[in-house]
This record gives sequence, structure tokens and C-alpha cells, in this order.
Amino acid sequence: MPMLPKTCGYILQESLRSLKRNGWLNFAAAGTTAVSLFILGFAILLVINTNFIAGSWESNVEIMTYLNDGVTGDAITALRAQILAIPEVKDVQFVSKDEALATLEQQFGQNGQLQESLGGSNPLPDAFKVSTTDPREVAGVAYLLGRMPGVDQVRYGQEVVDKLLELTYWMRLVGLAIVGMIGLCSIFLIATTIRLTMFARRREIGIMKLVGATDWYVRWPFLLEGIILGAGGALIAIAVLFFSYSTLAPKIMEALPFLPLMNSSLVLLQLFAGLLAAGVGLGVIGSLISVHSYLQT
Amino acid sequence: MIQFFNVSKFYDGVKALVGATLQIERGEFVFLVGPSGAGKTTLLRMIWREEVPTRGQVYVCGRSITRIKHSEIPALRRQIGMVFQDFRLLQERTAYENVAFAMQVIGSGRAEIRRRVPEVLEQMGLKDVAGIFPRQLSGGEQQRVAIARALVNKPALLIADEPTGNLDRDTAWEIINCLQEINNQGTTVVIATHAREIVDTLRQRVIALENGRVVRDECEGAYANAT
Repeated sequence: MPMLPKTCGYILQESLRSLKRNGWLNFAAAGTTAVSLFILGFAILLVINTNFIAGSWESNVEIMTYLNDGVTGDAITALRAQILAIPEVKDVQFVSKDEALATLEQQFGQNGQLQESLGGSNPLPDAFKVSTTDPREVAGVAYLLGRMPGVDQVRYGQEVVDKLLELTYWMRLVGLAIVGMIGLCSIFLIATTIRLTMFARRREIGIMKLVGATDWYVRWPFLLEGIILGAGGALIAIAVLFFSYSTLAPKIMEALPFLPLMNSSLVLLQLFAGLLAAGVGLGVIGSLISVHSYLQT
Repeated sequence: MIQFFNVSKFYDGVKALVGATLQIERGEFVFLVGPSGAGKTTLLRMIWREEVPTRGQVYVCGRSITRIKHSEIPALRRQIGMVFQDFRLLQERTAYENVAFAMQVIGSGRAEIRRRVPEVLEQMGLKDVAGIFPRQLSGGEQQRVAIARALVNKPALLIADEPTGNLDRDTAWEIINCLQEINNQGTTVVIATHAREIVDTLRQRVIALENGRVVRDECEGAYANAT
């Protein structure tokens, strides 16, 4: 069990002394850690947000059933009855092409500009908005709807969500690979920094070991140095992430109102705590690599 | 206190020590002699477990150094004081701090350090140079600081590897007298040395090594073979 020796003051003093000694290398080590953790945090935010968007789209389990152009009057009534006959269907709502255009106008257009630019014609089809009793029935119901006469196309949220999730899968993979590589660099740089410190103090370490200092007593100052480097890098990454996210997220939501972004401070806090822990982890691994090879004899 | 049973040590085929068997009792004063490369340092390094034998068994203070756990090595070394030809003092620390360092790193309390360090410095006649850095001390004073550091944790065994190798004749005697005094107070002392005059004058137990073998072990021995 790693036991802290009684003289904590000594450990802190030694760590700070060596941090002062190799200034530039410290900067490089903490900087690489910061870059690696920034990318990690950025990727995680991206994934969190896509999941968030996917979730909000997924809860819209309505199936849009677009009708062929020629379907009118009685055919629509008959189709409506047919849809309602499916046991899993909860509700059916007819959306005429005019209503659809009006909704679109409301979302995007400004004062009739849309209709103007379309030259008075309406390219949108009539449609049924079908909701199911259970979101899990959506795919099955959508299949049935697609085979009904007069139905042109069936669209539901899941399709988009699936595409989105496929995209995040690749994003996650690429992000992880990048984080892994830069993480290795940061471990390597921390290990090098610690090794230099140990080299500068090799006589002291040699004497410590000769007079019977325990390995943990020798280890602690270097471990602490690594932790400080890793945590320092993490704090830089967290600061950059926090400021960029808190400035960018509102702007994105303003510009793209259909993209709901995650803005829970609890989730952000958890993410930042995780990044800090990762930074400390990198520091510990880096310094242990150097210290371990040194303390073998 | 120290037992070697048929101990050999090979480095990449080079035989540093071959079938060495010897025994040193508590309270003894022993010279380890022999030409450079005879295996003296290898033998000493096994005592504080910096080396392990390729073959054979070494017991120090009742523990087998081949079977001792890594975590138990510090406890073993705390029973052994070590002194070297090159003193191995920390240049950026004063004489006092060098001695106190040995207590700090094994976790001694501050009050105990403040009590014990001046005591040892006084014993070694270093009271007046306590606040001085090694650079400003004479060779003999530096070696006495090193001995004070070796003694400060009250070891049962003191090992000196060529302690007088860097010192002039008078200073060498001064250091040897110190070590004898320490032995008189009950500490086992083992000295590896080239100092023929000292060994021949003192007539203590002499263990001679040649080409890694123990060639002589005499109670009131001389540096060279009597015959």
C-alpha cells in the first residue's frame, strides 16, 4: 500500500523545486496533456450532443406518411380508416399540403417570401401524421404504411437517428484514435520530464536508497510532479473547453434552432471532473514509467 | 552477522567472485584486502543487497539476501552504515543537512533529528563545521561527515569501501582511528582497503581476495601473505 511518509512538506518542496528546474519541458508536457484532453473533451461533447439531438428526435415517433399526388377526397378517408385499423396505431392526423407549407413558412420563411420564391405552386405532398401506442412499434407500422395504396413515402425519426448514430460511431472511433495517440505523446513527455528530474537528483536518490529509504518515499515527489503536470494540462483543457462551449453553444442554437444542444451544467461538470481525473491518470502513468525503471535495483 | 556460503557472481561470463565462503561475527573488525578487480566491491555490494549472487547464499543480520522481499530491503539497509572512497555527500547541503538527510529519508521525527545529528557530529569532531558545505571541507572532514551519516541511524554494521583511498597518510590514519573507535563501541566494521601500512600495523582479521577467490583469512593478519 502506498503510504505517505510523515514528511509531506518534504515531498511538496521537492516536487516544486524540480518543477522550477525544467521549465520548458514542463510546459511541453502539460501542453501536450492539455491538447490531448481538449480533443478528448471536444469529442465527448460532440458525442453527448449528437446523442442529445438524436434523443430529442427519437421521441418524435410520429410517422410521416406522404401520399401520391393524385390521392384525394374519398381515397384519403378510406386510407385513414385503413390506417386506424392497424392495432398499434394510436392516432392519425391529416396534414394537407397547404398546412405543411404554412408550417414550413412559420419555421423558416419571412413574411411570405417562401411562397413567393416558389412561384405560388406548392411542391409539398399531402400526408398523414401517424403516432403509435409504443415507440417500439414505429418500424413495423411504418412498413405496413409503406405498402398501402396511394402512399408515396414513409418517413420517421428513427431513420435520421440511425444515420446520426452511425455518424457518431465513426466520430467516436476517429476521436478515440486521435486521443489515444496524443495521450501516448503526453505520457511520453511526462515520463521524460520525470526522468530528467530523476537524473538531476540521481545522487540523492542513490543515497536515499543506500540509507534505507522505502521505494514509496523515493517515489512520491516524482509522482506528485507527474500529477501536477497532468492536472495542470487538464485544467488548461477544461478552461478552453468551458469558455469555447459557453460562448459557442448559444450562438449555434440561435443560428440552427432545430438543433437542440445540451446545456446541462451538471453534465459539463461531470465531463470536466472526468478530464481532470484523466490528466492525473496520465501524470501518474508517465511518472511511474520513469520511476519504475529507476527503482528496480 | 554476515555469512557467505560458496558465493559466486558472474557478469556476462566475467567471474567477479568464485565460491567465496566466509563468516563475520557481531563486533568484529575486518579488513578485506586484494588488488583492484579482486572482487572486494562485489562482495560488499552483496551485503547491502545491491547485488545478488549468481550462485550460493548470503545471510546478513540473519536474513537471506537472495530470498528477501524487495519491500524488505530498506529495513535491511537501515541496519548497515556505508562509507565510500568518494564520500558521496550532497554538495548543495551542509554537513549537518547531509547527516540529517539520512534520518529524514527513513521518516525520523524532527525532534529526534535535532537531538541525534549534533550528537553524531560531536562524536566525529565536526561540531564546528556543521553549517559548512562539503566543497569547503577537507577530504578528512568530508569523510568524517560521511561516517557520521552512516552512523546516525545507529547501524549494527558499518561497511567502508576504500575509505582512505582519496586521503593522505595522516588523514587516512585519522579516519581509521575513527572506525576503530566505532568498533570499540560495539559496531561490526568491515573495511575494504589497499592501505598496506594500516593493515600491517593494526594486525586485525584480514580476508584476502584474489581473482574473485578468498585466498586467505587470518585472525591477526597482514596485508600480504606472511610466508
